[in-house]
Amino acid sequence: MDIFGIPIQALMGQLLIGLINGSFYAILSLGLAIIFGLLNIINFAHGALYMMGAFVSWIGLTYLGINYWVALIASPVVVGCLGMLIERTMLKHLYRLDHLYGLLLTFGLALIIEGLFRYQFGISGASYPVPELLSGGFNLGFMFLPKYRAWVVLVSLVVCFGSWFIIERTKLGSYLRAGTENPQLLQAFGINVPLMITLTYGFGVGLAAFAGVLAAPVFQVNPVMGSNLIIVVFAVVVIGGMGSIMGSIVTGVGLGLVEGLTKVFYPEASSVVIFVIMGIVLLLRPAGLFGRER
Amino acid sequence: MKRRILGSAIAAAVLAMQPALVPAATNVSDGVVKLGVLTDMSGTYSDLSGPGAVEATKMAIEDFIAKEKPDFKIEMISADHQNKADISANKAREWFDTAKVDTIVDLVTTSTALAVMKVAQEKNRISLVNGAGSTPITNEQCNETTVHWAYDTYALPVGTAKAVVKQGGKTWYFITADYAFGHSLEKNTSEVVTKSGGKVLGSVRHPFPGSDFSSFLLSAQSSGAQVIGLANAGSDTINSIKQAKEFGITPKQTLAGLLMFISDVHSLGLEATQGMYLTTGFYWDRNDETRAWSKRYFERMKRMPTMVQAGDYSAVYHYLKAVKAAGTDEAKAVMAKMREMPVNDFFAKNGKVRVDGRMVHDMYLVQVKKPSESKYPWDYYTIRETIPGDEAFIPLSESKCPLVKK
Repeated sequence: MDIFGIPIQALMGQLLIGLINGSFYAILSLGLAIIFGLLNIINFAHGALYMMGAFVSWIGLTYLGINYWVALIASPVVVGCLGMLIERTMLKHLYRLDHLYGLLLTFGLALIIEGLFRYQFGISGASYPVPELLSGGFNLGFMFLPKYRAWVVLVSLVVCFGSWFIIERTKLGSYLRAGTENPQLLQAFGINVPLMITLTYGFGVGLAAFAGVLAAPVFQVNPVMGSNLIIVVFAVVVIGGMGSIMGSIVTGVGLGLVEGLTKVFYPEASSVVIFVIMGIVLLLRPAGLFGRER
Repeated sequence: MKRRILGSAIAAAVLAMQPALVPAATNVSDGVVKLGVLTDMSGTYSDLSGPGAVEATKMAIEDFIAKEKPDFKIEMISADHQNKADISANKAREWFDTAKVDTIVDLVTTSTALAVMKVAQEKNRISLVNGAGSTPITNEQCNETTVHWAYDTYALPVGTAKAVVKQGGKTWYFITADYAFGHSLEKNTSEVVTKSGGKVLGSVRHPFPGSDFSSFLLSAQSSGAQVIGLANAGSDTINSIKQAKEFGITPKQTLAGLLMFISDVHSLGLEATQGMYLTTGFYWDRNDETRAWSKRYFERMKRMPTMVQAGDYSAVYHYLKAVKAAGTDEAKAVMAKMREMPVNDFFAKNGKVRVDGRMVHDMYLVQVKKPSESKYPWDYYTIRETIPGDEAFIPLSESKCPLVKK
């Protein structure tokens, strides 16, 4: 059976790949959405920190023999701590200023981080092997699904919904949300708001690094892997609604699927289709699909 | 008055004797030959040319001074063109006009090479193109002051595609980078495949640059072709190969990397690249001469040279020899000498700069070793075939270069 001249089996395969990429977009845009939603910082360094997550796990494996499973926890922690250092020393001076200052600072940081890695590791990057336990794959009949990709979808969705749950459904999350609405009031209740903000930024950055560790066995670990992706991820966040947690997850997965379909029917357009959608959404709903007008 | 006449006469005599006193002085403008290395210092191509190209040029200058003891000074400057045609054209103009640069070297990325070639021709200076690969450099857009050294997109498939078809890879499908370079590589390769008795089943064009190739690989897989030709370069090729392995496409279907450098193989590792065929103008471990030079390079860069970097050395050395032989740095005279003298060094034996600017030399078809076959660092290739220069490059009879008289 064919759909628009594409055998249904091939189409299923492409949709599955779209889902895989989508879950990737979701986890990256989630970090951005949390940072924007709670700190009001447009974190342009997100791509660079994602790249750093991949590199930290590669360095761990190559020089210290730290395996993938340990890196999955250790790498986000290391990069998250660096994120907190950035927040304490630089970002905290910008909260009272316009969004643009945060954007420019983080953009500059991204260029510096990328430049340092490029200087140290060169541009072709390095290979990170798929962990033993997840090598090989399943024959689904319509396609060969690498075990590792299945794992990526699974773990990203778990992490995404876990984060959503913490922020939207727990007491800790309600403090976070209250802290962004009215920090003075929350402080009056005896809650250390600056610390909370630092930890939130650290968490958002940790998510980026986590995506980086997930990406390492799939893509070549190289200094520009983040900058290649960041623009797409920003588009996802804008379409979903800046700062909307659920929005970033749903549109991340959805746009992965749309991109996958474009790759089947008209591959040349696959890099712009997301921006076309962004244009349409911004015209019809300027605050994004799930966003609130501020 | 008499004394004055006598004085002038003596002065005139001394002046007249001047040339005789300095034997066969090279008439180099302001006594300095200046080279500018214009390359990609930090972008996609910085590993395969970039800082390594600058170092190789430095080595050529040092060796030339030590061996040939020229009576002119040689200087070198370098800059990053960021792979942008406008930046490179502006830099070239600035170098020629104010820095008195005689020759520009490397020029990775076709667009930058074509832009600089035009400026150089206008100012009567030489461009030694090494990094860029497209055929128009010596074909449609050739000019009398350009030399193209290491390789081009015509030569690459002649080795790889022919060999793969000969090994039984009859049906092909292309994954092509959607820009001029990818298209021309796909076209050149398709011709070679069809001529060698193979068949092209189709192609998919991916946006450049890309990072996820799984969709395109699935299309290639479902085409059922025996060979998937990768008409892309750099990180696109690297990610395609890595993901092909992940999706179980290799080893059922064979991948053919149509433009791959040793730096790509190094970064991917042998596990992912083993068994692949590729065509190169240079391999460091080919013979004693290439090893000796490459080891010196390694000491400086901590990496083995690519064909681009080795080619930069070879081109610069040959150019300097031509300046010495011509006794001037005037572009046309130097070019005449470069064409007249054969190229004989570790890079090429009996290489020849043709009228269209193409340096014709042997190319090598190599196969990437299995991890178990690799005995020492950078031991990556087995040379399967030497492709004679006359077969590897566009024959002059088919050339569209206006300088070629038919």
